[in-house]
Amino acid sequence: MDPFLLEALVNGILLGGVFALPVLGLNLVFGVVDVVWLCYAELVMVGMYAVWFFYSQMGWPLPLAFAVCIGLVAVLGVLLHLLVVRPLLTQPPINQVLATGGVLFVLQGVATLIFSTEFRALGVDMPPMEVGEVFVSGTKLAAFCAALLGAGALWAFLKFTYVGTAIRAIARDREVMPLMGVDPQRIYLIASAIGGALAGLAACLLIVQLDVHPFVGLSFGPITFMICVMGGLGNMLGGFLAAFLMGLIISVGGFWGTTELSYVVAFAFFIVVMFIRPQGLFAR
Amino acid sequence: MTAPLTAGLLLVALAAVPLLGPPDYLMHVLITVLLTALAGTGWAMMGRYGLVSFGHGAFLGIAAYTMALLWNEAGLTPWLGIPIGMGVAVLAGMLLAYPAFKLRVVGHYFALVTLAAGEIVRILIVAMREHTGGSLGLTPAKPPPGAGWLAMQFDKTGFWYIALIAWALGLVCWFLLDRSMSSRALAAISEDEDAAASIGIRVTSEKMKVTVISVALAALAGALTAQYRQYLNPESLAGLGISLQIVFGAIAGGMYAPIGPTIGAAITIGLEEGLRIFFGTELTGAAPLVYGLLLVMFMLFMPRGIAGLFERRAQRRATPAPAATE
Repeated sequence: MDPFLLEALVNGILLGGVFALPVLGLNLVFGVVDVVWLCYAELVMVGMYAVWFFYSQMGWPLPLAFAVCIGLVAVLGVLLHLLVVRPLLTQPPINQVLATGGVLFVLQGVATLIFSTEFRALGVDMPPMEVGEVFVSGTKLAAFCAALLGAGALWAFLKFTYVGTAIRAIARDREVMPLMGVDPQRIYLIASAIGGALAGLAACLLIVQLDVHPFVGLSFGPITFMICVMGGLGNMLGGFLAAFLMGLIISVGGFWGTTELSYVVAFAFFIVVMFIRPQGLFAR
Repeated sequence: MTAPLTAGLLLVALAAVPLLGPPDYLMHVLITVLLTALAGTGWAMMGRYGLVSFGHGAFLGIAAYTMALLWNEAGLTPWLGIPIGMGVAVLAGMLLAYPAFKLRVVGHYFALVTLAAGEIVRILIVAMREHTGGSLGLTPAKPPPGAGWLAMQFDKTGFWYIALIAWALGLVCWFLLDRSMSSRALAAISEDEDAAASIGIRVTSEKMKVTVISVALAALAGALTAQYRQYLNPESLAGLGISLQIVFGAIAGGMYAPIGPTIGAAITIGLEEGLRIFFGTELTGAAPLVYGLLLVMFMLFMPRGIAGLFERRAQRRATPAPAATE
């Protein structure tokens, strides 16, 4: 096989791993709370700034900066739920989406005010690794592994803990679960915190590959939503698979044409999927 | 006093504005408000029936770039380029909307499909950089001397009248739609599609009609904005950012009243300009911050927007036309 095509395939899978985390976070929140966080990519942006600030400006060790970032974005997720989403739970879904869209502008504005529109890079890099005949960026590989670990941890949490079971149950039937003694408000809070934490983790993985600026969310936010919807909103496994599919389309498309056109192909693919299977590619 | 008379008087008053000899800067702000209001009015045509599009920026961009490229590369005057651009935008809108409506992509899903479409247009504009100038933007060519009218390049007064006519056209469309059976049909559809279909409303064709009007108005706004600024840029004429700004303006002003999107446009533009005047350019970030906060506040405390406060006939359409929940 053409080594460049092989490399494109490998990069596509690595890219899919990066998409997977925010997709899982969004799907978790949507599945449980039934609200789309339009500002999800901006939560990731805040996390990226946090890592950059604590590591590059304050001189903290990187793992500590990562941990603080994850915690900080988790708190943001909780605040977003308490201040914006919870009062709107009974409103039409479009109002909820628009309100979180407002938060998107707020976060961009705050980031611009504090950090200006300059691009900030972390400047951490790992040497490329040679696997077979393919060169793989070390940072991308590490980020990929971390994303898989995060996804695995989420799966184990949902599967084996009591709270995780309650979360899955609420996602399945929000009328009956309160009768079984599950407090939905508490579960919503926990889901929002986890959704935030996943955005934080995604931020840690993105900041090592991507410069951060206030509008960086717009570069991967739309595609994240599309992947979620493509996998079926609220369907964690579907979203996870769709992330890799989208990663492959973009990467292989970039191999044959330009990166921009590969995004056009990916978005067009999304629209076609919506027309053919609006419930999502991997819906059961 | 009847509504048409009030509207007529208002138009005459607005048409007389340049006679007062206002400063150029004020004229600039007012023209921008009118054109933004037109885009918002177009968006609200769909939005108020629960068809929330996050991709209207795409139609601004398609029309503006079609017009500018026809002028720059083929020498075709914008007077023809604008209708052609609107036609292309409407065609693109129908191409997207027809399968979406036919296959019943509604609610969140419709919003996200339109979002994807908007992004596609933005990326295509960037990718075709040999013609469009990519992210750097595009400037319409200067006309031969004395042929400014051919290039549709006027001073502020000239553009004030063009913007005013276009804006009034948007309102006329709104009133005509409001009086038609389609308005009732669309209200019924936004309440319950199945029920509407069962009483003989042709769901897809009613939705298509309103989409065509909505896209055409947004496209006109896009082309005129580009023509007025004499500068086109993919970020300000396509993509998620501008689409959300249109949505915000319409929501803040109130999308259920004809004047709502105009109030919204006055707020967004006023806010942006005001912040720039009072805080200078270093604080550009404050504008999105403030109107993001406002958007959240509006959703929390007055989802019908400012115009909703003045609405006395709110009971007529008892519910605020919620989107189909799905």
